[in-house]
Amino acid sequence: MKQDNITNQRISGAEALVRSLLEAGADTVFGYPGGAILPVYDCLYDYADRLRHILVRHEQGAVHAAQGFARVSGRTGVVIVTSGPGAANVITGLSDAMADSTPLVVVTGQVGQQYLGSDAFQETDVVGITQPITKWAYQVRRAEDIPAAVARAFYIASTGRPGPVVLDIAKDAQIGTLDWLYEPVNFIRSYNPSPEIDTKLIAEAAEIINAATRPMILVGQGVTISGAEDALRNLAEKASIPVCSTLLGLSALPSDHRLMKGMLGMHGNLGPNINTNRADVIVAVGMRFDDRVTGNTELYAPDAKIIHIDIDQSEFDKTVRSTVAVHADAREALEALLPLVTDAGHNEWIDSFDRHNRVEDREVAAVELNRPEGSKLTMGEVISRVSEAIGDRAVAVTDVGQNQMMSARYFRFTRPRSFITSGGLGTMGFGLPAAIGAKIAAPHRQVCLFCGDGGFQMTIQELGTIMQYGVGVKMIILNNNFLGNVRQWQNLFYNRRFSQTPMLNPDFVRIAAAYGICGEDVSEREQLDAAIGRMLADDRPYLLNVRIDETDMVFPMIPAGSAVDRIFLSEGRIYNPDNWSEQ
Amino acid sequence: MLPPERQLFTVTVYSENCVGLLNQVSVIFTRRCLNIEDVSASASSVPDIHKLTLTTWADRPTMEKVVRQIEKRVDVIRAFLYTDDDIVYQEVALYKVPTPRLLESAAVEDIVRHHGARILEMTPDYTVIEKSGHPWETEALLNRLRSLDIRQFVRSGRVAVTKSPVEHVDIYLEQQRRRQLKLKDK
Ligand SMILES: Cc1ncc(C[n+]2csc(CCOP(=O)(O)OP(=O)(O)O)c2C)c(N)n1
Ligand SMILES: [Mg+2]
Repeated sequence: MKQDNITNQRISGAEALVRSLLEAGADTVFGYPGGAILPVYDCLYDYADRLRHILVRHEQGAVHAAQGFARVSGRTGVVIVTSGPGAANVITGLSDAMADSTPLVVVTGQVGQQYLGSDAFQETDVVGITQPITKWAYQVRRAEDIPAAVARAFYIASTGRPGPVVLDIAKDAQIGTLDWLYEPVNFIRSYNPSPEIDTKLIAEAAEIINAATRPMILVGQGVTISGAEDALRNLAEKASIPVCSTLLGLSALPSDHRLMKGMLGMHGNLGPNINTNRADVIVAVGMRFDDRVTGNTELYAPDAKIIHIDIDQSEFDKTVRSTVAVHADAREALEALLPLVTDAGHNEWIDSFDRHNRVEDREVAAVELNRPEGSKLTMGEVISRVSEAIGDRAVAVTDVGQNQMMSARYFRFTRPRSFITSGGLGTMGFGLPAAIGAKIAAPHRQVCLFCGDGGFQMTIQELGTIMQYGVGVKMIILNNNFLGNVRQWQNLFYNRRFSQTPMLNPDFVRIAAAYGICGEDVSEREQLDAAIGRMLADDRPYLLNVRIDETDMVFPMIPAGSAVDRIFLSEGRIYNPDNWSEQ
Repeated sequence: MLPPERQLFTVTVYSENCVGLLNQVSVIFTRRCLNIEDVSASASSVPDIHKLTLTTWADRPTMEKVVRQIEKRVDVIRAFLYTDDDIVYQEVALYKVPTPRLLESAAVEDIVRHHGARILEMTPDYTVIEKSGHPWETEALLNRLRSLDIRQFVRSGRVAVTKSPVEHVDIYLEQQRRRQLKLKDK
């Protein structure tokens, strides 16, 4: 139902913005009105049948919802907010989207041109503030510049390493008129998002891989973003290379694939972390060696030649030095490698991951999942029960904290784009609005949110959005009445001095009820399965408030700044892989 | 391990000529707590392309990352890292001294000849002297003029051109032109 792209049609800047968003492929926007964006909202009224506007309850929620939307669908998320306070409220989300390479176009209203720089009512320096935390931030001061700015914004947000883009549109540019003409952008002189692959480097990489005896592949979100899931699987299978994932790379390969050996990093699995420091070749694809993954970089992967494949050149040698750096789209690079690699078996090496992981199953997972009768529930139990019940196509969204790490560890992924979490920034309050955006982007998939009691209250007002639009999100509050993750650090490193981490919480089920959302409390193990059953029985939103053992901690754990093979299985108990008898 | 050695680096940035470009570049230094020693902004030899020259004390590994992070900005065309050996560079300094003091000292000859400076403007009140050169040269003249009761001194940011026979920006622009043509064909 696109508008005809007719020239010489005089329209307002506001209408040009709306039409340009449609031309760029948007059908949904998340936003919140205000004075400096009123002309656009007036126009949205006429376009309501073509451009769906989701009214959130706080602008931070708009950005996180757009992030959830983008991460599930691979499309660019769109946000519209007003100037000053509205724009200031999007900062957290922009920073989060920047860290996690999420394509967003965020439109902020701005005061009229003649007021710029004068401390006018609700004027804030949006471009100045957002430039360092966005891929691109641009102020539009003339109506006739709007279509080109929107086209450019979408091109920048969605190509190369995706990221958030801000368009700050002065109010008189919204009111002024222009001859309507929209032309998509696919070229910017100063920007090359699709570098040509260097075949010499690919050959060099293949040679290193073929000579390896202990190779592993580390996958990051770049694999998902470039749609390289099949290419990854083909390469891993052909060359028999075990695959390990970062937090954001999860779901690129199904959890039960025989070569998928688990998660890397602070709360990752034993096999991946121990073997990082034993590997002779590491193929890192679309990941950036974040400090939560590497621990102490001086002690990281001492024996490995590292082949680093990334679309963002500035990631090369940033924290970890590589032997070969391939500046390319992940899918193109993996597809180019495929014909050049050979199968070397590596059976013993592959088994060694399972050997370590079996110890983890027994010493960590079994403890988390099989609690004595009468004891309080653990997060791991709840997450694995939900994961089993919810079936194949589900999307797991998390907040930040223990709930997030436990979800990463105990949710089973079968399809790509199934795990939406705030990785690089670790933003509490991300989960609820992101789940809303994810469900709106993928109405036919189950979307379940695992959230802490702390994080839930950071964006709890978005229950209003769920109510207004009937968004069928399944919310599970893993309620330990604590800022659990901080409590865990205080427990381990600050002498059990629980400074400002116990929380007196409201009755979440009654709050949900006030928003017309059904829910129930679960405190006993026997109640859990039936409650999950009721939650998943229909398409409506539902809230489970599950009482969790506050003393439970996330293990294994690599203390911040340690080597990745210095892993605690529980408090005070280090895993010594060479001296471990398998009973 | 010893910390990597610090030295003076010159960074040149070729970019589109857009509002806020300097801000985009300077925050990358700020984030790493790097002090920009001096900065100059001007046109480049390519029409519409803007050139920034910045200098800073830092170690090489850090600066290599900084330059890649600058280059990552969408509005930046290319950014380069140099040490003094790689470039020919100059700065311009202006000095304002009271004319009576200057004349009675009979230093003019020495200033113009020995320091290779120029008199830009002379009034009964004051004289403005201009000198371009390396920092130590403009510094030497500054010291010479201190005894003459110097009133103002200012030095521009560094301007630099490379000694390399290869013009990397031109090569990049040519590659991009070819890419654009290919995209048009599609
Ligand atoms: C906005 C924000 N503020 C503070 C933090 C620091 N932080 C990380 S985890 C955490 C505790 C989270 O508690 P809760 O939401 O109850 O989750 P739990 O760890 O108990 O599962 C805090 C305070 C953060 N990540 N984000
Ligand atoms: Mg909690």
